[in-house]
Amino acid sequence: MTNNNPLPPKERMKIPRQRMPEQPSAERRANFAEVNLGLSTALAHQEALRCLHCKSHHCFTGCPVGVKVKDFIELVLAGDFLGAAAKIREDNVLPAVTGRVCPQEEQCEGCCVLGKNGEPLAIGYLERFVADYERQSGQVGLPPRAPMTGKRVAVIGSGPAGLSTAGDLVQRGHEVTVFEALHELGGVLIYGIPEFRLPKDIVRQEVENLTRMGVEFRTNVVVGRTVTVDELLGERGYHAVFIATGAGLPVFLNIPGEHLCGVYSANEFLTRVNLMKANQFPAYDQPIYDCRDKNVAVIGGGNTALDAVRTAVRLGAKTASIVYRRSEVEMPARVEEVKHAREEGVQFVMLTNPIEFLGDDRAWLTGMKCQQMELGAPDKSGRRRPVPRAGSDFVMPVQVAVVAIGNQGNPLVQSATPDLRTNPLGYIEADPDCLKTSKRGVFAGGDIVTGGATVILAMGAGRRAAQAIHDYLSHGTW
Amino acid sequence: MYRIIEARFLAPEVKLFRLEAPDIARKQQAGQFVIVRVHDHGERIPLTIAASDESTVTLIVQGIGKTTRLLNTLAAGDAVCDLVGPLGKASEIHYYGTAVVIGGGVGTAIAYPTAKALKFAGNRVIAILGARTRDLLILEAELREFCDEVCVTTDDGSYGVKGLVTDQLQALIDSPNRPDFVLAIGPIPMMRAVAEVTRAPAIKTVVSLNPIMVDGTGMCGGCRVVVDGRSQFACVDGPEFDAHQVDFKILSARNAMYRAAEQQALADLNQHPPELHRCRLADAQPGAVTPP
Repeated sequence: MTNNNPLPPKERMKIPRQRMPEQPSAERRANFAEVNLGLSTALAHQEALRCLHCKSHHCFTGCPVGVKVKDFIELVLAGDFLGAAAKIREDNVLPAVTGRVCPQEEQCEGCCVLGKNGEPLAIGYLERFVADYERQSGQVGLPPRAPMTGKRVAVIGSGPAGLSTAGDLVQRGHEVTVFEALHELGGVLIYGIPEFRLPKDIVRQEVENLTRMGVEFRTNVVVGRTVTVDELLGERGYHAVFIATGAGLPVFLNIPGEHLCGVYSANEFLTRVNLMKANQFPAYDQPIYDCRDKNVAVIGGGNTALDAVRTAVRLGAKTASIVYRRSEVEMPARVEEVKHAREEGVQFVMLTNPIEFLGDDRAWLTGMKCQQMELGAPDKSGRRRPVPRAGSDFVMPVQVAVVAIGNQGNPLVQSATPDLRTNPLGYIEADPDCLKTSKRGVFAGGDIVTGGATVILAMGAGRRAAQAIHDYLSHGTW
Repeated sequence: MYRIIEARFLAPEVKLFRLEAPDIARKQQAGQFVIVRVHDHGERIPLTIAASDESTVTLIVQGIGKTTRLLNTLAAGDAVCDLVGPLGKASEIHYYGTAVVIGGGVGTAIAYPTAKALKFAGNRVIAILGARTRDLLILEAELREFCDEVCVTTDDGSYGVKGLVTDQLQALIDSPNRPDFVLAIGPIPMMRAVAEVTRAPAIKTVVSLNPIMVDGTGMCGGCRVVVDGRSQFACVDGPEFDAHQVDFKILSARNAMYRAAEQQALADLNQHPPELHRCRLADAQPGAVTPP
């Protein structure tokens, strides 16, 4: 690939990292429109000029799906944005999604040499830029499809892992059917991640691209109930099955009062708004508890907690707080999410652990008894373990509480597939490299294997699964 | 799209639908339910499957809120947007000896397939059907076809015995025909009352719970109920539970959580006839969905 950068490396390093244009915080508090507005062509070009075009492309290796970052940046510099998008699509079927929700700071950008003495190249912004350019141009450069192999693959779940596998497998000439339990396609991209971070039209467009590539989608099919894995491999005539059902079984705190009205799991709170559009009630029929003039507390410190609390802000909450038992340093949420939340007025109540939900005589939540914590010795996650401070109990007045402390493996597929081995947390056991399960012809990947992780890690698993499934279908050896 | 093959009223506001859904029909077992979304802007609601044949499932719907009222405006030839299932665990069917199946109101429709399965397992099956008034009684003839005894109670005495289903149950418990198993499905106060009647004589009693659900696959946790002091998800751990262990108070409180919104939606519906947001089928296949 040629070097299209006219600037010598020293000049490139003088250019500051371009800032993402954003919807002003005062405005966006009251709407669900996207917060990040995307780079202009000029900003994108200016940012791409910063790339040092290193010989050792760490950015490439930092990407769980192996996007050829340096190459697509070169195409941006050449002004060939459609070419840049096509380059990304060789490795990543959802560029407009990952350009928005990837934790780039830990991956490609975390490996960028520029980051050693300043700010890394804004690879995520550029990925999003070319993906948006491509979509708006209406000229999506879909990869070619190999001759049909006559092999059929069933993919269970239409989230990031399933979509990624499906995209790779159709390219290799296999016939792919994706089964989705809900009425909309996209899995967590639809029900979990809010519109203001990932507009649903983008997800629909990416699904549409996969349909055009030849993937067949079936909604309203709960594998394990409507059809079983054994039936897919038997009478339904599939040669392989990929299980990508996600980590969909919410964990609660197991403290008194968790059944009071007003206490939600993050999954429910977000699903009501993102999938069912409860924020538009009564134009949409599914309601959500009216958060206006209420104090909303979200328990947890991950991206899901941040999504929930920022949703509460937009639903008109009087106060919206993150309640986290460790300190801000330990929060697993992305830095950008925390920054955006703070700008939107979210309060961060750190080192605080709820021990009881309090309710009125009609069983409505009125408050949350909490204890204050301090950090002790590191636990097995390497983070300092929070320990309660004696006599520190206090009551936080809240009318809505959202529990966002993680998920367990959803048991539906496993319970109907007895020869599929699972671990004590309910996740499916699969080889980390080839994603084979204990059952011949069945592969599994994404959150249903690893537990709650990120979109891009699930997509990486999907790619590895596609490779392994392709090998299995080609050679027939398990 | 899931086409309605047959639709007819069984009682005022209670309508029977037969919907084309071969994948669900093949798998359905007594006690399982489906999630229905009537139209493009619709909510997801759980409805227990009353029966199934090779290619259709039968649902019996009482028009209470906006969604069930909208559903009840549909006729044969119309369609619903989404239908997914069969969800939940199937009823545990055993030979107990004498099994009493109690259906309160539209709960009779939910109890019907399980009653049939209990009979098939060799039980002597006694049905007690409760309704506010004679017009609201459903499936009496269907149950008489296979039940050993059918006893009807109405609140107003317009048919059968005036009184409550629990009076009849108590009479059975006091008789030589003492039941070995009780299944009670109906309004929460009825199920709670039945549980109290059978608690002291320690008769195994099962209830089918209908909490508010969204996805129906265990993903959201909205349908959590307290059983034996532990949290259970009705959609994947139920919907049937040991009546003596269910915390009915929490169940009723949680089922009332969206009452204000439900009343608003119903009021809007009454003001604006259901022409808006019809199923996309209406656009895709003009004429396929007839206006009510």
